[in-house]
Amino acid sequence: MAQLLDPILIMALALNFVALGVSRIKGVVNAVALQGILLGFLPLLVHPEIHPRGILLVVVTIALKGYVIPWFLLHAMREANIQHEVNPVVGYMSSLFLGAVGTGLAIVYSSTLPLASEHAEMLFVPASLATVWTGFLMLTTRRKAIMQVLGYLILENGLFLFGVLLLEAMPFLVEAGVLLDLFTAVFVMGIIIHHISREFASISTEHLSELKE
Amino acid sequence: MYEMLIVFPLVMGACALAVPSNRIRPWLLPAGGLGNLALVYWAVAHAGDGGASSGAEAWLWLDGLGKLVLGLLAVLFAICSLYAPGYLALRSDRPNRLFCANLFAMLAMMTLVVLAHHLGLMWVSMEATTLASAPLIYFNHNARSLEAVWKYLLIGSVGIALALFGSFFLAYASLKSGLEPTLFFDDLVREAPRLSQPWLRAAFVLLLIGYGTKMGLAPMHTWKPDAYGEAPGLVGALLAGGVTSCAFLAILRIYQICVAGSGAPLAREIMIFMGLFSMAVAAVFMARQRDFKRMLAYSSVEHMGILILGIGIGGLAAYGALLHLINNGLTKGVLFLSAGNIHRAFGAKLTDQVHGAIRRVPLSGGLFLAGFLAITGSPPFGPFVSEFTILNAALGGGRYLAGGLFLLLLAVVFIGMGATVLAVVQGNPPADDGDGRFHDGIATGLPIVLFMALVLMLGLYIPAPLEALLREAARSLEVRS
Repeated sequence: MAQLLDPILIMALALNFVALGVSRIKGVVNAVALQGILLGFLPLLVHPEIHPRGILLVVVTIALKGYVIPWFLLHAMREANIQHEVNPVVGYMSSLFLGAVGTGLAIVYSSTLPLASEHAEMLFVPASLATVWTGFLMLTTRRKAIMQVLGYLILENGLFLFGVLLLEAMPFLVEAGVLLDLFTAVFVMGIIIHHISREFASISTEHLSELKE
Repeated sequence: MYEMLIVFPLVMGACALAVPSNRIRPWLLPAGGLGNLALVYWAVAHAGDGGASSGAEAWLWLDGLGKLVLGLLAVLFAICSLYAPGYLALRSDRPNRLFCANLFAMLAMMTLVVLAHHLGLMWVSMEATTLASAPLIYFNHNARSLEAVWKYLLIGSVGIALALFGSFFLAYASLKSGLEPTLFFDDLVREAPRLSQPWLRAAFVLLLIGYGTKMGLAPMHTWKPDAYGEAPGLVGALLAGGVTSCAFLAILRIYQICVAGSGAPLAREIMIFMGLFSMAVAAVFMARQRDFKRMLAYSSVEHMGILILGIGIGGLAAYGALLHLINNGLTKGVLFLSAGNIHRAFGAKLTDQVHGAIRRVPLSGGLFLAGFLAITGSPPFGPFVSEFTILNAALGGGRYLAGGLFLLLLAVVFIGMGATVLAVVQGNPPADDGDGRFHDGIATGLPIVLFMALVLMLGLYIPAPLEALLREAARSLEVRS
């Protein structure tokens, strides 16, 4: 099964670029959902002798990242009645370019990190760094609140990639807690998006500019 | 036995959700706050001797540092909860079900941060404090608080995501050295000399940035003025005195691992720089600050800087920083609650509209002024002692540059903050619709007096049990060469 690893990681990286280059919010939600599902399978491939509790965790991760959260975000999107990120701070071409540069740097940097010998050949660390970078880009360069939440989810996916290497260090309780926090965070953000759309008749965070020095 | 400390506030929170009456519900807060104080007192008094190792795989454990922070949280929450019924009675127009429940949830999660001896669990509970406090900041349900809570949630979540990355790096440092990968704090401290140093260094930087965001160190402090400016004073006091203290504790845990490994010379230099930088940024933004609640947020940035600076200098300064943690938490209680009262009395928080507070609300205005003198390090209040201790240690240790800058920045902050505070307190209150909307009363005044009395007491003498706790906690931060 290990030969499946690299294709999955490369697909996850490709989805980063989809998320950066697409303006249709629904497209980005789908890309992030697919990325979440793909990553959800990784623990099974890396640790074939997984516990039943581990399998439960895989199922919950996939359900949450692939279905529940995307459904919730699409619901929020319909409610706020928006389909597109119209005017990002940094345009789509530039975002893609920055994403590519970041991915390249991630690969170079991770080759200088002292990895354990069993991980040296794997794409996990560069993929993780590149995905975290993509999440940051989305968070800082998109104006729509919902796109920022998607950026946060991509960032979390990047963390998850690194976490797969450390499955033994993260007991069940903590993994479950991280997932619960993620879900609650998105849930609370969704509620705030609802309030933003009611208050301003738009969910663009440009309106959130009253508080400054 | 430690589970009780977390279960009790959660049960109280559930009760708050269940009580139907908006008028009766707030009284659960003082009951819960005082109950929690009693439980914490019992736990601190009966915790095994904190110096001993907790044995293998302890999830929850109360060590010297933990006792100190837990005690501060319990006192802070108890006094704030005494203030709550009076405040919420004034805000009877707003439903407070979520407000009360989330205050308890926040207390439970802060307690869990302190007790957790597994870095993953600590992370989960720290993120949970962010989520629990978000609805508290949005209590006023207007456009400004909406903006504040969005920034708070997003910046806080991203910052803390970096802390998770740092925790992973820490676990990888143990994996790389051929050890069983672990995030149990006591294992990591024990194995620290054998951890892979490059990963440990990277982990420290990420964790400092991550938890530093929650703590509000510059330049990751940008959410702070918005959140503290828009949140009710009561929530501001708990955020500035409680949540930031928890984040500071998280940074101290990482620091302990670095110290046990290599004495952490690099980590200490970074902390000294971050501390002074935070103080400088705060000093710049406090000058000519017209919004007195935002001013308090910058004061919080400044004092987080002082804490980190003290730890970086080390030795006696670390003791000073721990004492300052207590002093800062209690003085922030005075400042935020009295600022909240003044805000109520004038219906504004800009110095253009607010002056003559000492005439309109003499008690709150006077306490606000006294709190200002205390937080800027004037004798005879507590912060004077702790700031003086840090300065003394810096100069005694030959760190003249750091000590000199520390003194200079304290002076700049005093002048900048003083201008705003005096503008609020002095002068004649603007002519208003005859009777002001808010008057000082026992319910909203006495808790602030209690805070002030504690701050004054800590300036005059430190009770022996607290002194013992401080020494025990400072010992655990000592750098052995």
